[in-house]
Amino acid sequence: MTTPTYTRADFQTDQEVRWCPGCGDYTILASVQQFLAALGRPREEFVFISGIGCASRFPYYMKTFGIHSIHGRAPAIATGVATTRPDLSVWVITGDGDALSIGGNHLIHVLRRNVNLKILLLNNQIYGLTKGQYSPTSEVGKTTKSSPFGSIDYPFNPVSLALGAEATFVARTLDMDRNHTQAILKAAYEHEGAAFIEIYQNCNVFNDKAFIQVTGKEERVHNRIDLQHGKPIVFDSGSKAVVMREGHATVVESSSVDPNAILIHDETRPDPAVAFALSRLSHGPYGPTPLGIFRNVERPTYDVELNAQVDKAKELQGEGDLESLIRSHGTWTVEAESPNGG
Amino acid sequence: MADDTATPDPTEEVDKLVVRFAGDSGDGMQLAGNRFTDASALFGNDLATLPNFPAEIRAPAGTLPGVSSFQVQIADFDILTAGDQPDCLVAMNPAALMTNLKDLRQGGTLVVNSDAFDERNLAKAGYQSNPLEDDSLKGYRVIKVPMDDLTKEAVKDTGVKGRNVLRSKNLFALGLMAWLFHRPTEPTIDWIEKKFGKKEEVAAANVAAFQAGYNFGVTTEATKNTFEVKPAALEPGTYTNVNGNTALAWGLIAASRKSGLPLFYGTYPITPASDILHELSRHKDFGVRTFQAEDEIAAVGATIGAAFAGSLAVTGSSGPGIALKSEGISLAFMLELPLIIVNVQRGGPSTGLPTKPEQSDLLFSLYGRHGESPLPVLAIATPSEAFIMAIEAARLAVKYMTPVILLSDNAAANASEPWRLPDLDSIPEIDVEYTKHPNGPDGTFLPYMRNVDTFARPWAIPGTAGLEHRVGGLEKDALSGDVSYDPNNHQLMTDTRGWKVANIANDIPQLEINGDEHAEILVLGWGSTFGSIGAAANRSRLEGRKVATAHLRYLNPLPSNLGDLLRSYDKILIPELNTGQLMKVIRAEFLIDAVGLNKVSGEPFKISEIMDKIQEMVE
Repeated sequence: MTTPTYTRADFQTDQEVRWCPGCGDYTILASVQQFLAALGRPREEFVFISGIGCASRFPYYMKTFGIHSIHGRAPAIATGVATTRPDLSVWVITGDGDALSIGGNHLIHVLRRNVNLKILLLNNQIYGLTKGQYSPTSEVGKTTKSSPFGSIDYPFNPVSLALGAEATFVARTLDMDRNHTQAILKAAYEHEGAAFIEIYQNCNVFNDKAFIQVTGKEERVHNRIDLQHGKPIVFDSGSKAVVMREGHATVVESSSVDPNAILIHDETRPDPAVAFALSRLSHGPYGPTPLGIFRNVERPTYDVELNAQVDKAKELQGEGDLESLIRSHGTWTVEAESPNGG
Repeated sequence: MADDTATPDPTEEVDKLVVRFAGDSGDGMQLAGNRFTDASALFGNDLATLPNFPAEIRAPAGTLPGVSSFQVQIADFDILTAGDQPDCLVAMNPAALMTNLKDLRQGGTLVVNSDAFDERNLAKAGYQSNPLEDDSLKGYRVIKVPMDDLTKEAVKDTGVKGRNVLRSKNLFALGLMAWLFHRPTEPTIDWIEKKFGKKEEVAAANVAAFQAGYNFGVTTEATKNTFEVKPAALEPGTYTNVNGNTALAWGLIAASRKSGLPLFYGTYPITPASDILHELSRHKDFGVRTFQAEDEIAAVGATIGAAFAGSLAVTGSSGPGIALKSEGISLAFMLELPLIIVNVQRGGPSTGLPTKPEQSDLLFSLYGRHGESPLPVLAIATPSEAFIMAIEAARLAVKYMTPVILLSDNAAANASEPWRLPDLDSIPEIDVEYTKHPNGPDGTFLPYMRNVDTFARPWAIPGTAGLEHRVGGLEKDALSGDVSYDPNNHQLMTDTRGWKVANIANDIPQLEINGDEHAEILVLGWGSTFGSIGAAANRSRLEGRKVATAHLRYLNPLPSNLGDLLRSYDKILIPELNTGQLMKVIRAEFLIDAVGLNKVSGEPFKISEIMDKIQEMVE
C-alpha cells in the first residue's frame, strides 16, 4: 500500500470550530493535525476519543474516526477500542477536570495497564465549559465563581500523578510552542504503550495568563527548563542547573557546582524516582518548570498481551469448537425407543 | 448408629425426591450438592436445584448466619422447581439443623453429623439441649453418623494432614447419600480425580471419604429402606446439566460464532454475575476477550469502545453495578451502538441481599436512564434458556444497532437443570455486515442515515477508508450525525429512536398461552418464577381448576398480542419476586386490573403459595 500524502487540511472537518477566539485549543488542534498529516498513515486508522469539557470537542474537528463521550470516561472507552483493534492508533483528548476529577480512576488504570493510547491532557487549570469553577489543578487560594473566598483544594501535579500511576511515557508541553508540541507528539506516537502528555493550555476567558511564567517572553527565559535526553539539565541561558541533592532535584547557580554534578537527563531510567523528583521542581507553572519528556520506558502493553493470550489459546487448543463446549460438562442421552424415553 | 434395627426393606421406588445438604459455609455443601446433582443428571433424572449461601465468604464457624445449603429435586418426570419441602435433610452441624429443620417434611429423613453436636456448637446454634438426645426429632427418620471420626479413619492412609483431613467430610456425606438414593458413584469418583488430579493426596482422601460414606450405608444398613428415582421420561435427545450463568456465557460465545463478530466482555466482579466472567475468560480459543475493568463505569465504557470498533460487546453485572453503568448505557443508546447489558438480579436496593434471588430491577431496566431512552429488555425464564436468549439479545442488538438489556437473576444464574442440547446448525446465523461504502451524495458518509425497515443506522468501524465519522453524546443531525441543537431535529431523533425500539415488537414471537383454553384465570409471569408458576398451575389443574399461564421473555417491547390475550381472561394473576413491577407495567399499558402476588423474602416462590393465590382468586 502506498503511503498517502496528506496536508493539514485533510484532517480538518467541515465543522465550524467553536472554541473562544484566542483559546489555546486552536494551536493544539493545529499541531495535532499537522503532525498526523506529516506521518502519512491512512486517516481511517486514527480514532480520537474525548470526554466532556472544552478540550473534548476536539474529535468533532478531526477528520478521523472519533467519539465525543461522557465525563471522564474517554480512557475506558479508548481501552475497548485499543484492546480489540491493535491495528488502530487511538488517542484520548481530555482536560484537567475530565481526566483528573471525574475520570481520575480511569486515567490511573490505563496508565498502569499500559494500554496503547496517546493521552493529551489539555490543562488550563479551570473549568471552562461550565463557565469558570476551580479545577483539580487550580492553585490554592484561587478565586472563582465556586470559590469566592479562594479555593482550599490542594491541586494535583499531573506529571507526578502519571509517574505515580506507573506510566511508561510522561511528558509536558505547551500550546503555543508548536514545534515542541509536535516533537513530543512524535515521541509519544512512537512509544509502544500508554503515553501521557500534559499540555499547558491558556484559557483566555476564565484563566488568562495562567502559564505566563513559562510562556511570557521575559519570564520563559528564566523559568523554562527544557528536558533533553542525554543532556545536562541547564536553563536560564545556561546560568542555572539542576542537581540531585539528598533525593531532591534542586536548582542551583551553574557556576556554583562542578559541571559533572549537573544532572544528565535520562528519560529511560527504569526507576521513576528521578523523573518524579524533576516533576517536583514546581507544582505547576510557577517558577522554573520542566518541559519535555520525563519518562520513556518499555513495558509490555495490555493490548498486545491480551491478544497474545487469545492467539496462544488458539494455537494450543485450536479454534474453539462450540459443539464440544456445550458438551464439556458431560452428557447423557435419552433414547426415543427406550421405555423411559418420549 | 441407626435408630432402626429392623431388617431393611427392599428399595422403595419414588417418583420424586427433594434433598437438601446444609452445613457451615466451610463444609463444602455447595460442592456436595452439585456432585449429587451431576450424578443424578447423568443417571437421567429430571432435576432442579436451589443453592442458598450467605454473602460472607466464611461467617464464623458454627453460627446460624454461616449456614450454607443446596437443595435439589430429582424426579422421573418433568419437574419445574427445586421443590417446596425437602424429603431428606443432611445437617452437618447444629446451626444447619436449627435453620433448616422447619422445612423438612414430617416423616422425612434427617442425616446428621453427630460429631458436630458438642456443647459449643449447640450453644452457638441456640439449642438448650441436644436435639439428638431429646425427643424433638421424633417426627423424622433420623440417621446419626459420627462423620468426623469416620472421615478421619477413612483418609488416614492417604497422606492428607491437619485441616485437610476433615475437609473431606462433605464427600463422606455425599457417599452416604449416594447409597441412600441409589446414585451412581462413578461420575463423582471421575470428577474428584479430574478436579484434584494434581494434588494426589487430596484426590485420594476425597475418594476414600466418598467410598467410606457409601460403604457405611451398605455395611451398617444405616436405615431401614433406601430410595430410588428412575430416569425421567424426558424428550429424546442428548442432555447436559447446566446453570444459568454458564448457559449465558456459552450463549454469548455461540452468538459470536453465529454473527462472526469477536466477543468482548467488559465487567467488574460482582455477585452473582462474576461466574459469567470466569467462564468466558477460560475460552480465549473462541477469540473471547475479557476485560476486568477498574470499576463498573469503565466496564461499560470499554464495552462501548469495543462496539464502536466492531466487536460483539457485552457487559455484565448485578443491580448496584448496573446503576453505575446507567450513564454509559444512555451514551450507547445515543450513539446507537450494539451492546448487551446482562443484569443478574439479586436482592436490593444497594448491597441488599447479594446472594438471594429477587426480580426487583424490572422497572430499573425499563426506565433507569436519563432522558428518553427506551431499550429492548429480555429476560430468561429458566437456567438453560440463557443460551438461546443470549443469542437473541445479540441478534436484536446488531440488527437494530441498540443496547439490549438481558435479565437473569440469582435463582436462574446458580440453579441448574438438564438441558437438551440444541442442534447448533439449526440456530440461524446472525446476519451482520459492517458498512463498507459511503452512503451519501458525492461520496460522503452519513452515519445516521437509517435502514428503512429497521431504522438502524450503519455500523462503520474504524479502519474503513472514506467512512471516517464522529459520534457523540450531544444530539446529532438526523443524517450527518453532526452536532445539532435544532428543535425539530431533536424531536425527530427522539421519536425515531423510540420507534426503532418499539418496532422490534414486529420481530419477536407472539406470546403463547399454556393450559386451558377457557381458563378462569391467567397467571402471567416473567423470569425465574417460570418453574413455580408452571408447577402451581399443573397442580391446580389436578384439583380441577381451569388455569392458563403465559411467560414473558420480552419485557420491552412487549409481544404485540399481549393486550388482546390479557383482555380475554377475567382474572389475571402476576406473581413476582418484587412489590409488583410487571403488574404496574401491565396496568399502565393496558388498563387491566391485574392482581399481584408479591414476595421479597430472598427466597423463590413455593408452589403452594401460588396455588393458594389461584384458589383465592377463582373462588
